[in-house]
Amino acid sequence: MKKSRKVIASVLLALLILALFMFLDANKARYGMAYTVLQKGIIMAVVAVSMNLVTGFTGLFSLGQAGFMAIGAYVTAIFMIPAEHIQDVYYISGISPAILEFKLWLESLPSWVQAISPYFTLLLGGLVAALCAALIGIPVLRLKSDYLAIATLGFSEIVRAIISSPQMDTITNGSYGLKKIPGFSSMVQTGIIAAVCIAFMVLLLQSTYGRAFKAIREDETAAEAMGINLFKHKQLSFIIGSFFSAVAGGMLAMFMRSIDSKTFSITLTYDILLIVVIGGIGSATGSIISAILVTLSKEWWLRFFDNPLSIGGFKVPLFRTGFRMVIFSIILLVVVLFYQRGIMGKNEFSWERVGNRMKGLKDMIGSKKGGAKDV
Amino acid sequence: MSNLVLRIEDITMQFGGVIAVDNLSLEINKNEIVSLIGPNGAGKTTAFNVVTGVYAPTNGAVYFKDKVITSNFPKGQMKKLYAGANKDKYTSTVKNTPDMITKLGMARTFQNIRLFKELTAFENVLIAKHMRAKANFLSASLRINHKEEKAMHEDTLKLLDILGLTDVKDEVAHSLPYGQQRHLEIARALATSPELLLLDEPAAGMNPQETDELAAFIYDLRKKFDLTIFVIEHHMDLVMDISDRIYVLDFGKLIATGTPQEIQNNQRVIDAYLGVPEDGE
Repeated sequence: MKKSRKVIASVLLALLILALFMFLDANKARYGMAYTVLQKGIIMAVVAVSMNLVTGFTGLFSLGQAGFMAIGAYVTAIFMIPAEHIQDVYYISGISPAILEFKLWLESLPSWVQAISPYFTLLLGGLVAALCAALIGIPVLRLKSDYLAIATLGFSEIVRAIISSPQMDTITNGSYGLKKIPGFSSMVQTGIIAAVCIAFMVLLLQSTYGRAFKAIREDETAAEAMGINLFKHKQLSFIIGSFFSAVAGGMLAMFMRSIDSKTFSITLTYDILLIVVIGGIGSATGSIISAILVTLSKEWWLRFFDNPLSIGGFKVPLFRTGFRMVIFSIILLVVVLFYQRGIMGKNEFSWERVGNRMKGLKDMIGSKKGGAKDV
Repeated sequence: MSNLVLRIEDITMQFGGVIAVDNLSLEINKNEIVSLIGPNGAGKTTAFNVVTGVYAPTNGAVYFKDKVITSNFPKGQMKKLYAGANKDKYTSTVKNTPDMITKLGMARTFQNIRLFKELTAFENVLIAKHMRAKANFLSASLRINHKEEKAMHEDTLKLLDILGLTDVKDEVAHSLPYGQQRHLEIARALATSPELLLLDEPAAGMNPQETDELAAFIYDLRKKFDLTIFVIEHHMDLVMDISDRIYVLDFGKLIATGTPQEIQNNQRVIDAYLGVPEDGE
């Protein structure tokens, strides 16, 4: 396919998605379910790509995503809850005066500052998480495979424990969680933030640094012999992955409107790992597609199985609350058994592949017609 | 500036009680092809790994272009265990990691090919250019460095062309035939723009005809890239063909050094390779 045609196709696809988002924004009431689930899917796509950056492209099996998301979510939530609701949220032990003062000062600033402050807050959450990643990366990134997974998992639990500890009551509201977090103004806003994050990561992966990451994944000894500083590059990948996990965590806080430390338990990391594995370890577009598909089917399409079903007076057994998770798990098993490398393997989406598929389809139809003639 | 490219001084590498390399010293001048040979387990690859920074030696020093890149002396538990010579000669520790040594201008290949298996031949070579790229991760992601990137691509294509790998540049490395994988590994090493190229058994697994071609190829490389080449090899034909000088290692000790003719007639070398009859006839 020609380059100009590829560009046109990409622009069309982007416009199509934008139009869909705008349509959903306009008809929020009618498509409430689609709106909510798709929004969550988009957020999961950002985390999944960030995890893939670390696990799939650099080969660092890190399970700390939930911890970094928690950092991002809490920073975002603390900064974004409007000052007027503060007393309702921190009704048990009150808020630390410094934070309250800062919030009042922030709200006294002109309105354009207010308008950009959500973006700034997400960025800040990311930076805090990146700093944490840099610090724990120094000891932890010397470990390999399973050991690294366990260490990062431990980190993630420590973050959760710190957040919910009574000593942090005046900052994180301890185990009571935070609520009344302002949400996204529109689907388009969610989409654009996610698109910027994902675009940056994909561009990084296609740059010379992305190639160095892949080299480390393929063979550390050889990568080092080719002049790639292992620690520096692992650290870089880990920091950037954590940064975007935290941004996604902030987005999740804005999406859920209320969070507590249990939101960021290990199961969240597993959900993301699942998305990455299904999408293909080492494929950014695979992660995006799988994030949307998994979230949609888990939260929406499979709901059907949760409701009692009767056909002609016969009540079908099994159809009850929780059955959807059984079906979901079976689908997972099938996917893992038959598509061991996930939906995309290590490949990325490209118009060439779509073109080839189309051509293959056309040829198949053509040959069938030809076959019919012979008979 | 002196003509010396690599100088290994009194290198001893001891793993617990096993002495893999025992007090090895050797020198390599500019544009020479020097071979290090010896029976299996003589410590050749260990010596290589010390030079390239994979291991820190128990004792001794390595100089690259008159600059010390590795220096060590037995300490801690090794001090008690150490059985080699020159125990107190070295007092400072210099440790460069393999990537730093590669940056200085020394590139290597591996005995059992270590390519980036799932990446294409083109990417394999391109990755080796990363080290010399000036862009940081931000400017690389935002494509501010597109000029540099373009130059890297062009250099890679040129290099693949010289090594005759243009046809297979988009093939995944592990799907290439064995000989081409060897070539690709050399191409990748050359992409780091080295002055000294270290080849670890480049003819392993090759038939006599391929070995002959390899000899011509290595000769060619030296001319085209103005290289100094240090080879570890088993194949006597290849070694005698290409080497300017040969060092022979047996049980970690240097037993002979000289030109190919001298080595061919050296009794100790013949004994080491063919074994000494037990009754001494």
